[in-house]
Amino acid sequence: MSRLQDKFNELQSAHKKGLVIYLTAGIPDADGTLEAVKTAVDNGADVIELGIPFSDPMADGPVIQAASYEAIQKGMTLKKVLELVREIRKFTQVPILGMGYINVMFNYGFEKLAVDAKTAGLDGFIIPDVPHEESGDMKKVCKEQGLHLVEFVTPGTTDQRISETCTTADGFIYCVSVNGVTGVRKIDYSPINKVIEHIKKQTDTPCAVGFGIGSPEAAVDAAQRADAVIVGSAVVKLVMENKLDEAGKLIGDIRHALDKKVN
Amino acid sequence: MSKGRFGKYGGQYVPEIVMPVLTELEAAYEKYKNDPEFLAELRKYYVEYAGRPTLLYYAEKLTKHYGGAKIFLKREDLLHTGAHKINNALGQVLLAKRMGKNRVIAETGAGQHGVATATVAALFGMECKVFMGAVDMERQKLNVFRMKLLGAEVVPVTTGTSTLKDATSEAIRYWAAHIEDTHYIIGSAVGPHPYPTMVRDFQSVIGREIREQIKEETGGRLDYLIACVGGGSNAIGTFYEFRNDQSVKKFGVEAAGRGPAVGDNAQTLSNPASRPGVLHGAYSYLAQDEDGQVIEVYSISAGLDYPGVGPEHAMFHEEGIVKYVGINDKEAIDAFQLLCREEGIIPAVESSHALAYLEKLMPNTKKDEVVVVTLSGRGDKDVQQVAKVLGEEI
Repeated sequence: MSRLQDKFNELQSAHKKGLVIYLTAGIPDADGTLEAVKTAVDNGADVIELGIPFSDPMADGPVIQAASYEAIQKGMTLKKVLELVREIRKFTQVPILGMGYINVMFNYGFEKLAVDAKTAGLDGFIIPDVPHEESGDMKKVCKEQGLHLVEFVTPGTTDQRISETCTTADGFIYCVSVNGVTGVRKIDYSPINKVIEHIKKQTDTPCAVGFGIGSPEAAVDAAQRADAVIVGSAVVKLVMENKLDEAGKLIGDIRHALDKKVN
Repeated sequence: MSKGRFGKYGGQYVPEIVMPVLTELEAAYEKYKNDPEFLAELRKYYVEYAGRPTLLYYAEKLTKHYGGAKIFLKREDLLHTGAHKINNALGQVLLAKRMGKNRVIAETGAGQHGVATATVAALFGMECKVFMGAVDMERQKLNVFRMKLLGAEVVPVTTGTSTLKDATSEAIRYWAAHIEDTHYIIGSAVGPHPYPTMVRDFQSVIGREIREQIKEETGGRLDYLIACVGGGSNAIGTFYEFRNDQSVKKFGVEAAGRGPAVGDNAQTLSNPASRPGVLHGAYSYLAQDEDGQVIEVYSISAGLDYPGVGPEHAMFHEEGIVKYVGINDKEAIDAFQLLCREEGIIPAVESSHALAYLEKLMPNTKKDEVVVVTLSGRGDKDVQQVAKVLGEEI
């Protein structure tokens, strides 16, 4: 069992919804990222999605684009992200997934990356520009290292693709709430809930809903069918503005709202 | 290996959100690419609206100037809107219409593809949004206004480096949020499958016409083909027809800018420092730093300064089917002036890179040999910039 699977099993036994918090590595700086991870975990994050900055993040909205750009300007690299993971492992066993675009990973060498990531204490990857069709080789490499490679579904994913994804899904399934990019906005969760219901008939792999969730109310709304919610831009915005206390409070409020709703 | 590969290059490295619409586009393209009715309609617009076939012009004075092989110019600059971009825009808008889309979007750098897209959108009564880097909008004010006149909305992009690559990312983001009613007309032979194939097919009318026309001019004798390469659509359109003709030597000319240092040129294939990577959905060659971040490239020509290149070019490069070379700013501006004076033709600065390669090639050619240069666009849009370079106030 991996840290990630253990966490989801634990959540399920406790009848709790999971909270995945996205943080861009290098924001506000390397040490600040460690603080941000600590704050997120202390306030109830179950999983950390650690953003590996890329110059052209095409699935991301303005906040994470800006964070990514700033992190690169400040010298954050994939190698340094792995160093950060090593540092994080000194104080927490929270599951950590590296979220980044494939070019940076290809550039590092994907096989070498998998080995180094495992050694550093990473639990897997989320790669938004690698759909099912392109993930074959990477899945194999990740599996060999005992790393998860998270796959995506969206409201527009066809039934056939959902079935294919369910067969190979690993860790959790990233359920994109809405057509578009990351960033806080009001969202109708019924289309993705339908997809999740469809998934639930085919696999026990947990479903996490992401894109657009920026408040406790939105998180509760998004968590109706899903096993977990992913919060990114809302937290990253506060971390970028050096408002770590407020970020912690937001995470804590979301945690509280999710727990209250279920219990 | 996934679909849409040229050797190991190409593929579909896009967010899951975009996959259904790429699948839909691929199905539509497969359905219509050999459909007689579709092809007849495209042909009609090529001939009656765009002005095809374009001339294959014997540049007698330029030939005399060099004293080597006979030089012919494939006059894509004579097309409506002034460049080869209209070939692709017409093909894609006809496809979009059949797919029931009522809005088209495009990215643009120099503005030529934006103008071509705005033009076909006006012609077919579609809503049009063109994404353009704020820096490029400042550099290409004339084209920004042309697009507005044609009824398009020009959306300034201020993320990243505020240039073509960022405009492309922004167009993809917009598309991801509006897949139901929007078709994205990518302007070059780049992007995820099926774009590189589709754009190449729409542009390969250039090479097919060259094949036909050179028969009349020289009885079919053709030794060299030259075209400029940014993303590489006019070049792939020129070379594709001749990909198996080993006797025809093919040169893809990239922008060597102001020097070999990283960020001073836009040489994706002809720069030994470049290596493969993924940008905007395709695995191809890519200008990137040691950490895999895409770098801002430079050329005097806004149409050539794209950090990526079409995946089929990456394959042609590795297989030696095309030789990719670099021409710097100064050489391009010299060639620009030479064509103005010798032939009375003002070429686009992009196309001037292809023309400039004649300086290097011609001394090694014989009088009975034949070279065709694709003149991808006209240079009216560049006159102001060239004046600035030459220190003239206009």
